[in-house]
Amino acid sequence: MTAPLNLDAADRAILRALVGDASLSASELGRRLGLSQPATWRRIRRLTDAGILKGRRLVLDREALGFGVTVFLGIKLAARGRPELEVFERAVCAIPEVQIVEHVLGLYDYRLRVTARDLPDFERVLRRRIMTLPGVGQVESNVLLSEERLPGPLG
Amino acid sequence: MLDDTDRRILRQFQAEPDLSAQGLADRVGLSHGACWRRLEKLRSSGILKGQEAVIDWRALGWAVRVSLRITLDKTRRNAFDAFLEEVRKVPEVLEIQTLLGRVDIRLELIARDLSHYQTIWRDRILTLPHIADIEALMHVADIKSVDELPL
Repeated sequence: MTAPLNLDAADRAILRALVGDASLSASELGRRLGLSQPATWRRIRRLTDAGILKGRRLVLDREALGFGVTVFLGIKLAARGRPELEVFERAVCAIPEVQIVEHVLGLYDYRLRVTARDLPDFERVLRRRIMTLPGVGQVESNVLLSEERLPGPLG
Repeated sequence: MLDDTDRRILRQFQAEPDLSAQGLADRVGLSHGACWRRLEKLRSSGILKGQEAVIDWRALGWAVRVSLRITLDKTRRNAFDAFLEEVRKVPEVLEIQTLLGRVDIRLELIARDLSHYQTIWRDRILTLPHIADIEALMHVADIKSVDELPL
């Protein structure tokens, strides 16, 4: 692993601004921070090349698009399911409603984020697609009520 | 109401959020003007709320990522509000979700390394108000991570 890039106050301000609105142009961003357009552009370029600015995502009104339900699942594999790890991972990733699969340590082996149109739709995904995955043992569901993302330690 | 063309635009834009307006129009086979008008309508109706940059905290030297699953003491009347107000002040917390199920709250927390995690855990997390129970899931690897809705 290469040494982490040292960020100065201007870099952190750029990251904070782009987390709020990734569509800001380098000149607009520079104006806000009191930097020239080329200087801002070079900094964005450096943060991108270092892999710190990983990309962007659209912020969509999920409910208006018909995805009213998000559920977090904790999955524990059955003891005899361990050798099937790769089969499980391939199969779970192929389910379009499953947005996030994380391998974790603790009470569960995997953490999933599942999106569905409504609760009956979620139940269908859970019963037909997830409970039938190879090696699945215990499954715990928690329905998302509200969510906020914070900028993180950029202070 | 959304039609198939709107969905096609959102599907393409979700897959490649870096696309320029012209690039997006080319992908979905619309003129620049037509595509732009539809995007404007999606924005003004609040369906497309914006774009946010994604930071790779690991590349910044934050090597530890933990999901904290918290149960609150619901016999305390303002447990949720008091907890949320305090947890928002912890800079290492990236996400706060309230849940319906066996746990009440999920936090996504990052730390520079395990000893840093131990410090945050002891000084900033265990001191939060009204916690009845808390479990940690240590992140090992992302197997799948897509933000896109299956439109």
